Parts: sequence; structure tokens; C-alpha cells
Amino acid sequence: MTALPRLFRTTAFKLALIYIGAFSLLSVSLFFFIMQGTNSLMRAQMVQTIDTDLEGLAERYAYSGINGLASGIRQRSNRPNANLYLLVDYTGNELAGNIREVPESVLAQSDGEIKFIQYARPGDTPEQGHAYEAAVRIFSLPGEFRLLVGRDMSEQSSLRGLLGQALSLWLLAMLAIALVTYVFVNRRVLRRIDNLTKSSATLMSGDLSGRLDVTGTGDEFDRLAENLNTMLNRIEALMLGLKEVSDNIAHDLKTPLTRLHNRVEAELSRDLSAADARAALEETLSETDSIICTFNALLRIARMEAGGTALHADAQDLALLAADVLELYEPLAEEDDSITFSFDAQSPCPAYVDRQLVSQALANLIENAMKYGRPQQGDTPLNIVVAVKEQATGACLTVSDNGLGIQASDRVRACERFVRLDSARSKPGSGLGLALVHAVMQLHGGSLELSDAQPGLKVRLCFTRESGYPNKGK
Amino acid sequence: MRLLVVEDDKQAASYLIKALKEAGHTAELAQDGESGLSLARTEHWDVLVVDRMLPRLDGLALISALRAEGDETPVLILSALSQVDDRVTGLRAGGDDYLPKPYAFSELLARVEVLAKRVKAAPADTQMQVADLRLDRLSHTVERAGQAIPLQPREFRLLEYLMRHAGQVVTRTMLLENVWDYHFDPQTNVIDVHISRLRGKIDKGFDKPLLHTIRGAGYSIHDRAA
Repeated sequence: MTALPRLFRTTAFKLALIYIGAFSLLSVSLFFFIMQGTNSLMRAQMVQTIDTDLEGLAERYAYSGINGLASGIRQRSNRPNANLYLLVDYTGNELAGNIREVPESVLAQSDGEIKFIQYARPGDTPEQGHAYEAAVRIFSLPGEFRLLVGRDMSEQSSLRGLLGQALSLWLLAMLAIALVTYVFVNRRVLRRIDNLTKSSATLMSGDLSGRLDVTGTGDEFDRLAENLNTMLNRIEALMLGLKEVSDNIAHDLKTPLTRLHNRVEAELSRDLSAADARAALEETLSETDSIICTFNALLRIARMEAGGTALHADAQDLALLAADVLELYEPLAEEDDSITFSFDAQSPCPAYVDRQLVSQALANLIENAMKYGRPQQGDTPLNIVVAVKEQATGACLTVSDNGLGIQASDRVRACERFVRLDSARSKPGSGLGLALVHAVMQLHGGSLELSDAQPGLKVRLCFTRESGYPNKGK
Repeated sequence: MRLLVVEDDKQAASYLIKALKEAGHTAELAQDGESGLSLARTEHWDVLVVDRMLPRLDGLALISALRAEGDETPVLILSALSQVDDRVTGLRAGGDDYLPKPYAFSELLARVEVLAKRVKAAPADTQMQVADLRLDRLSHTVERAGQAIPLQPREFRLLEYLMRHAGQVVTRTMLLENVWDYHFDPQTNVIDVHISRLRGKIDKGFDKPLLHTIRGAGYSIHDRAA
């Protein structure tokens, strides 16, 4: 693999480059601005110093003439950090002053304007030349005397040098920091992203059992890896569910289909009267109907479990919903003395649920109770109790009967698809009733709980407050 | 009644057409969405029976196209998809009723006849009458031969639905959908029990029964000699 071009392509590298560019530009312009500001400030200060000095000298000249001026200049020249002075006569001979080597041509321009000149200090050897810089003003006095007053500029230039040094140090430091950051990002972050990419590639190639590494630092990569792992778990569960469903379909639809096949074959092998043929066809029809019924229920459950069914949930009064379903079944009790219904509900009992699905779940539970919940001994009537209660965690719906109940060891199994407990085998049914209830509750994020009603079976459906918002908190 | 069946499964379609003709209707077949749409546009039909998944033009697209042109012919959607979701999308696309496959022919026939009648029926009659049985939707009262019959609210709605479709066959599933608004089939015969209870109130003690059981199909309310 070509490492360098790959490196240049990374986001980290591009970002680093852009940031370095932007920061350098900003720093340089900042320094430039500071330099300009200090320069003009220092120059203004310098001009002011020269002017103040000139005022004093002009006063002295007015009182005591050229000699007084010369002695004043000598006096001032000896002070520490003195200004620069030079007084010459018409031939250019120095009368007083503390600078040397000022060219005649400069002195000739005695117009009083600010000028920048090179000069030498007394005691300097000629080899050193005009080593210093200064800002000066030159005036001519009566008698062709000329006066130069100025200020050395070395302070200013040394400040400039200092600023320049700071700038280059600053740029260097920035570059170093950028480099360190880049190396860190490259080594730590890119390596982890590369790891994620590598792991997901193996997953994509078909091996769903693999998981991404979680380092345990709890940083954003760990969170990403955790989320991806959760997603993978869900995908794996779905795949497994799908496989299970197809296995079940294959197995449990094959049985009735084989039965159907055999029946038709048997009927065909004998001579049939028209009435017999009709009866055989009618039986065949009812058998296909029951297969279709099973198939539909199975598909519905599978789609619910796979999350393929959208939940049409809205705010419902669970008590009202239960009362409606119960009202559908109540006439059965009127017809049949061995069944009684009791309804115990607090209304309203708000829950956010899908009315169709929950109604169907309740209908399944009531039908189950009627089919399997009958008391064994004598003429005790079957009593189906439907209760709706608001619990601390949310609304709960309970259906209980007074029959034999389900053994504690069988309760989990009873909710699986196609599981028909031994006691139920003699009665018609597909083994999908509780499985559908289970799927409905799962889709709602609620719980399904089977317990002992002493005697009988008690089935409790509990919705959480978040019920109806699928996948919340999962 | 003139019916157009749009269905691509040849065997299912020819069986359906034959059965519809035997039931006394005129039925024609289109085998894909495009020819179905052009037939629906050019001729007058009482009801369209449209399969949801069709070659060339999808069933729902066909219905949407008709509705967009202002064609209000009642449509019964047939579909191999039976989920509540699919039902909702079908009705939203402009279908009037939805029947999941596989269906019993009696169920389809009953629904088609109810659909055809729906257009003609005067909307929201406040009073309905079958022979000497009268139902008043405003005062929520039912009387037969001048004798008031007290009904529970659900029984009233059941009778109201039956009377609105007087003379037609109404299936158990149709009752469950329209009177109870449940889109699942109970395993037990609850609807029969409700009907027999209603029958006990409106027919018992009168010389002529009005609420009839149609074997293998459903129920019908009428005063013709059965």
C-alpha cells in the first residue's frame, strides 16, 4: 500500500494543513500590525523629544548667542541617554556636539525637516564607519552656523528585531504543535478508525458473529463501536428469527398439508357418490381454511417480531378498549351457562397502544380461556376475569380463568410459536394465540407475564409509560 | 351489474369471472394494470375488482390515476398482503374496500354487491324500513309492527348496518369490520351469537322472519320469502 498518498488523503492531514495556513496568516498580520503601531508611536515620541529639546536650545541662543548655545550643547551631550547634537560654523568645523562623520551634504539641507541619517560616535575608529542610525532636524542660524538635533534610532530597530524573533519563534512553536497533534491524530485516531473499518469488512463478508473492539476508554469511538455492536446484535437476532420462522413454517405447515394431501389421495382412490364427493370437498376446504388461518397468524407474528409492522398507536383508554372486546364475547356467556365473565376496571386508564393489535391480543386471551381454562371438576362454571388497572409503571390488563392453569415450568414455552401443551393437544388450535400476544407486547415494549390464579391461569399484559414508542430504551 | 376484474393470475381470474357470471353479473377481465386502466376509462362499470400487484401498472397506481381523473367508480382491492398497514395504504390510495387473499368467493361477492349499492343509496337516511321493521337513526329507536323494541347500542349498530344493506348479503368479516371496527377474525362464532341475540329481539314473536342466515356466506335482512 502506498502510505504517503494515503496519508495526504486523510481528513486529519487536510485539516492540519488548512489550520496551519490560516494561523500563520493571522499571526503574521497580527505581528505586522503591532510593528506598524509601535513604529509610528515611537517616531511620534522621538519627534516630540527633539522638539522639546529644540525649544530649550532656542531659548539659550536667544539669551546668550552662539557661545551660550555651544556650551549648552556640551552640557546636554554629557547627560546619560542624551539626544544627538552638532553645531558647526560656516566652514563645517564642529563647535560642539556628540556625533561625528555627518556628511556636509546632509548639513546643507538645513530646512528643519525630519531626516534619517547614518552617523558615528566620538571615539569610533574610521573602520566602523557610519554605524548608527538617527532621526535628525537641521537648522541654519545667522552667521551660517548650522545646528543639528536628533535622536538615536537603535532602540527602535532592536525592538523590531525582538518582534521578528518572537514571530519566528511563535510560528515555529505552532508548527511543532500542529505536528504533534497530527502525529497523535494519525497514530491514535486513524488507527482506531482503520480497526473499525477492518472489523466491519470481515462482518460484511458474511461472518456476523464478529464484534468491534471496545477499548473501555468510553470515548466517542467506544460509543460508536458499542452502538454498532448493538446494531449487529439486533441484526443477528433478526436473522435468527427469520430462520426460525422459515423452519417453523416448513415444519408446521408441512404437517397439515401432508394430511390434506393424504385425504385427497384417499378420497380419489375410492368410488365416490356425488354426496360423498361434496362432503370430501367441503372437508378439504375447511382444512385449507385452517391452514391459511395459521399461515396468516404466523406471518403476522413474524412481521411484528421483525419490527416490520408499523405500530399505529394512539392514546386509548385501556378500560374502554377491554370493555369493547368483552362486549363482543359476552353474548357467549349468555348462551352458555357454564361461562361467566367478570370485568373489573378503573376507567379511564390511559395507555398509548395500537387498538387493533391489543384488541386482538385480548380476544386471543379470552378465546384461550374459553378453550383451555375450563375447570375440571364437575359443574363449576368457567369464570373469566378481565381486569384493567393503572400501575405505577403503566397500565396493566389481566385475564384470568379458574381452570387448570399452566405449570410454572411450561409458562415460558407456552408463549412460543406452535407450542401446544399436552393438555391442549386434544382441542383444535394452531398454537399461535399466546405467541401473537407475546409479539404484540414486544412491539409495544410492554411485558407479558403468566402466573397462577389459584386455581387457573392469570395472564398479565403490562404497558410501560413509553409503550407505543417502539425501540425506546431497548 | 357490470364488473371489471383486473387480475394477472389467469387461473384465479377465470374462476372469479365464471363465478361472478354464475351469480348473475357481467364480468370482464383485464390481465395487466395498463389495459385495466384503459378499460376502466372507456367503459362504464359498477365496481372494479383490482389486484394490488399487477404487471406494468401497479394496482394502487391504477386506482390513484382513476381518482385523479374524477372517476368515483367503487373499487375493491384484492391483495396477498393482509397486514393492517397494507389495508390502510390501499384505502388511502382511493380503494373503497380491501379483501386479503385468499378469500372466499361469497365474501367477495357480498362486498362487491354492497359497494355497487353504496353509490346509489341515498346518503344518511334517518329512517330505514324493511317490511314492518323500522329503525330511526335520530331517536335511536327500533319498532316492529308498531311495537317498540329496546336494543343495546351495539345491537342497534348491527341492525343499522344490516338494514342499510337490506336485501344484500353481509358477511361475518364485514360485520366485524364495520360494526366493531376489528380487522382480525376471532376463532369462535361470536358474530353468530350476536346475530341470534338480535334475531331473538326483532324476529321472535312475529310471524315472518326478516333476518336470514345465508349458508356459507353470512346474513341478510329482507322480507322476501326465503
